[in-house]
Amino acid sequence: MTAIALAAPKRIILRSPGYWKSTFQRLARDKVAMTALGVIAALFLCAIFAPLIAPADPNAASMIRRLRPIGTPNYPLGSDELGRDMLSRLIYGARLSLIIGVTPVPIAFVIGSAIGILAGYAGGLFNTIIMRTVDVFYAFPSVLLAVALSGALGSGLTNTLVSLTVVFIPQIARIAESVTTQVRQLDYVEAARASGAPAYRIILEQVLGNVLAPIFVFATSLISVSMILASGLSFLGLGVRPPDAEWGLMLNTLRTAIYANPLVAILPGVMIFITSISFNLLSDGLRSAMDVKS
Amino acid sequence: MTETLSFLIDERDRGGPAQPLLSVKGLVKRFPVKSINPFAKKRHVSAVDGIDFEVLKGETLGVVGESGCGKSTTARLLMKLMPQDEGELLFDGEEIGVALSVKEYRRNVQMVFQDSYASLNPRLTIEQAISFGPRMHGEADGKALSDAHDLLERVGLDPGRFAGRYPHELSGGQRQRINIARALAFKPRLVILDEAVSALDKSVGAQVLNLLLDLKRDLGLTYIFISHDLNVVQFMAQRVMVMYLGKVVEIGDCREVFAHPKHPYSSALLSSMPRVDPRNRTQRPPLSGDPPNPIDPPSGCRFHPRCFKAEGVCSTTSPELFALDGDHRAACLANIPGSGHSAASGNGVAA
Amino acid sequence: MYAYAFKRLLHIIPVAIGVSIFCFLLIHIAPGDPLAAILPSDATAEFQAQMRTLYGFDKPLIVQYGLWAMRALQGDLGLSIATGRSVSGEIASAAVNSIILAVAATFIGFTLGALLGFMAGFLRGTWVDRLASSLSILGVCVPHYWLGMVLVVIFSVTLGWLPATGGGPGGSAGRAFDWAYFRYLLLPAITMSVIPMGIIARTVRSLVSDVMAQDFVQTLSAKGQMAPRIIRHVIRNAAPTALSVMGLQLGYLLGGSILIETVFSWPGTGFLLNGAIFTRDLPLLQGTILVLAMFFVSLNLIVDLLQGIIDPRIQRS
Repeated sequence: MTAIALAAPKRIILRSPGYWKSTFQRLARDKVAMTALGVIAALFLCAIFAPLIAPADPNAASMIRRLRPIGTPNYPLGSDELGRDMLSRLIYGARLSLIIGVTPVPIAFVIGSAIGILAGYAGGLFNTIIMRTVDVFYAFPSVLLAVALSGALGSGLTNTLVSLTVVFIPQIARIAESVTTQVRQLDYVEAARASGAPAYRIILEQVLGNVLAPIFVFATSLISVSMILASGLSFLGLGVRPPDAEWGLMLNTLRTAIYANPLVAILPGVMIFITSISFNLLSDGLRSAMDVKS
Repeated sequence: MTETLSFLIDERDRGGPAQPLLSVKGLVKRFPVKSINPFAKKRHVSAVDGIDFEVLKGETLGVVGESGCGKSTTARLLMKLMPQDEGELLFDGEEIGVALSVKEYRRNVQMVFQDSYASLNPRLTIEQAISFGPRMHGEADGKALSDAHDLLERVGLDPGRFAGRYPHELSGGQRQRINIARALAFKPRLVILDEAVSALDKSVGAQVLNLLLDLKRDLGLTYIFISHDLNVVQFMAQRVMVMYLGKVVEIGDCREVFAHPKHPYSSALLSSMPRVDPRNRTQRPPLSGDPPNPIDPPSGCRFHPRCFKAEGVCSTTSPELFALDGDHRAACLANIPGSGHSAASGNGVAA
Repeated sequence: MYAYAFKRLLHIIPVAIGVSIFCFLLIHIAPGDPLAAILPSDATAEFQAQMRTLYGFDKPLIVQYGLWAMRALQGDLGLSIATGRSVSGEIASAAVNSIILAVAATFIGFTLGALLGFMAGFLRGTWVDRLASSLSILGVCVPHYWLGMVLVVIFSVTLGWLPATGGGPGGSAGRAFDWAYFRYLLLPAITMSVIPMGIIARTVRSLVSDVMAQDFVQTLSAKGQMAPRIIRHVIRNAAPTALSVMGLQLGYLLGGSILIETVFSWPGTGFLLNGAIFTRDLPLLQGTILVLAMFFVSLNLIVDLLQGIIDPRIQRS
C-alpha cells in the first residue's frame, strides 16, 4: 500500500504567473516608465557614489570665485554664492534630497497601511475613532500641515522626516481603510472566516494580497509630491540646515543671486523637477500595469 | 442504502440516526436601520424572526422563498458568520459555543456561496485557496496541498491543469467546483449550499448538481440547499422549508409540499413555477405585489395583505407552525382548528 | 436636503474640534519650554514664573485648551509676540491678500485648465490631447516655488516687464483695481495657477470623454449634428464636478500658499506664517494655522453641500 503510494508519479502542476510578476512584466514593456526608472536609478547612483563622481569638494568655498557662470573652466555648472562648485553640490545634493524626499513615503506606507487595514477590517468603534483622527489631519492641506509640524518641531533632518511622514500617514491610511472595507465584505473573506482561521492570518493571507496593490500605487504617486514638499521645507529654511547640500536649500540660498547669475540660481530646481516627474511617470506606469483605477 | 449506511459508519456520529444533525431553535437576527437623524428611535429589520427547524442526518433540506425573505441571513447565521440575537443551534445534540466550540463546529459545517467569483480570492491560486482552511487548522503545507490536489480530482478537475491557476482564468462552473472542493477540505458532515448553482448556465448547473449528488452519496454528506429555483430544489431535496419575511411558513416532505401545499404563500410560489407538461398547467392564483417592507411587517400573519384567503382574524393573530399530518407543518390560520378562520375546522360560528 | 446638510454639519464638528486640539498642541510638541523661545535668556526665575502665569502655562493642559478655545471662538487669538498687535487683526489683513492671490490663481488656472481639458477630451488621441496630458503632469510635478523663480528670471530680471516681489506699489496699502497693482499680482498668480490647472484639465478631460463615449452623442455625431448640442450637453454634465474641484483647489491654494508667497514676498497668510515661525511668534503661528485649517474645513463643507444640491444622488451615499 505504502509502496504504491510512493511509486505514484509526482503530479506536474501547471502554474500561471502571479499577479506581481505579470504586473512587472507589463511595466517592463512601458517605455516611458522604464526611462523614468532609468533616471531614478541614475540619481540614486549619483547619490551613492557622489565622492567618486563629483569633481570637487561640495563644501570648498572660495570668496574670489563666487557666482561663476555655467561653463567656467573647473566649474562646468558655475559656482554658488560662496564660490562652491555647483556640479559637485548638485551631485552631493542628491543624497539629502532623496533621503528627505523618498524616505517618508515607505515609512508612512507601512504605518498608514497597518492603521488603515486594521481599521477597515475591524470596523465598528475602532474604525470610527481611527478614521475621525485621520479626518482631522486630512483637514489640512499637505503643505500647511508639513509647515506647521516642521515649524513647531524646528529644522533638521529628523524633524523633516517626522513631519513629512505624519503628513502622508493619514492619506495612506484613508485609502487603505476604504479598500479594506470593500474587500472585507467579499465572499472569499467570509469563506476564510467560515474556515475558522484567526483574524490575523485572514488579514495576512487573504486580505493583504488584495489591498496592497492599490495602496502601493497610491504611495508611489506620493513620492513625487514628497520630493517637492521636502525640498520646499528646506527652501523655507525648515528642512535641513546649511551648509549641507540639498536642492531645496540651495535654491533658497541662491535666491539672492538671481540677478547676478540667474541660470545658476535655478539649477537645483531643475533637479527637483526631474526627480519629481520621474517618480510621477513611474507611478503612472505602475498604475496602468496594475490596471488599478484611480 | 448507502445513504442510510454512511452516517452509521461515520465515527464522528454521536446521537445515532434518529437525532437531527442540526437543530435550530428560536433563531432571531435583527439589523439596525441606519437613520440620518441621530435622535430618532433606533429601528430594526428582523431578517430572521424566530425560526425553528431541524436538519436530519443524510438528508437534503431545501430552503425556498423570495429574495429578501431571510434565506441567506439564515445561512450566514448557521455558519456563525454573524452572531444571532436570540436562539440556539445544536449540532448532533451539542449546543454550539457551549458543548461544541465554534472552531470545532466549523470543521463539521461548511458553505458554498452563490457568487463563484467573489468567493475565491483573486490573488490566490486554486491549490492555495483549497488548502487555506486545513493549514489554518494546523495541517502541514505539503499535506494540505496534496490533499487539495486529491479534492480537485474528486470534483472532476485535473489538478495538473487547475491547481496552479488563478480564479479569473476559470469558467463559472469550474470555479463553483473549486468552491465545493474548498468546502470539502475539512471533511464536513453538513454543507450549506447558498444558491450554489443559481448563477450558472442551466447545463453547467446541472453538471454541478449531479456532482453534488455524487459527493453526498460517496461522503455521506448532509445538505442545506438554498435556492429560489423550485425545479432545482425539487430535484435535490428530500424535505423543503418555505420562508416568508424572516419566518418559516411551511416545512415538510418535498413531494408532499410540492403536491399539496398547505400555506397560501407556498401554493402561490409553486404556481409561479414553470411547467414542462402542457396538460399540467398552473391552476392556482399567482402571487401579486411586492413583499412588504420588513421594517414595518404587517400585523398578525405577515402574508395577509397578499393572501387570497385572508380574513379579519389574519391581521390580528400571528399563526405558529402547526402539524398537519406527520412531518408536514404549516403556519396558516386556515389550517389551524379553532383559529377563528372560516376555512379552519372546529369553527362553530363562521364569520 | 436638510437632513443631508445636518449630517454633514454633525460630521465636521468633531473634525473641527480635532483641528483646534492639533493647533493648540502644536506649541507643546515643540522641544523645550514654549516660553523659552520668547524670554530673554537671562530672565530671572521669578520673571519666568510671572510670564508663565500671565500666558497661563502654569495651568493643566486641558484647562489651557479650554480657555484658548473659548477665546478663539469669540475671535480672540491673543497678541502677537513680535508686533504686540492682535493676532486676529494680523490674520485678517493678511487674509485679504491671500484671498486675492488665490482667487486670481484659481481663475487663471480654471479658465486655462478647463479649456485645455475640453479640447483634449474632444480631440482624444491627437497631439492636443497628448500636449494637454503632458502639461497636466508638468503642472503637478513642477516645484512651484522654483517655477516662481524661473518666471522672475524671465519677466523681471531678463525682460524687466514685471516687478519681482512685493504686494503692490507701496506695499499692500497701494491695493487698487489698476494696472500698477496687477503688475505685482500677475507673476505670483500665474505661478500658483499651475497647480489647479493640471488637475482641472485632467478632470475636465475625463468628464468630456465620458460624455463623448455615450451612445446618444455617437448618434448625434453620426447625424452630423456635432458641435453645439454636444458642447451644451457636456458643459451641463461636467460643470458640477469641475466646480467642486475648483472649490477644493481654492482651499488648497489658500492653505498652501506659503511657498509662493515667500518667493514673491506677497504679504498674505503664508508669508505671515513664515515670519511667525522664524520669530518663534507662537500665538501668531497657532492662530494662523487654526484659521487656515478651519477655512479649509468650511470650504470642504460648502463644496459638499453645493454638490448635494446639484446632484441629489450624493446625499444618499
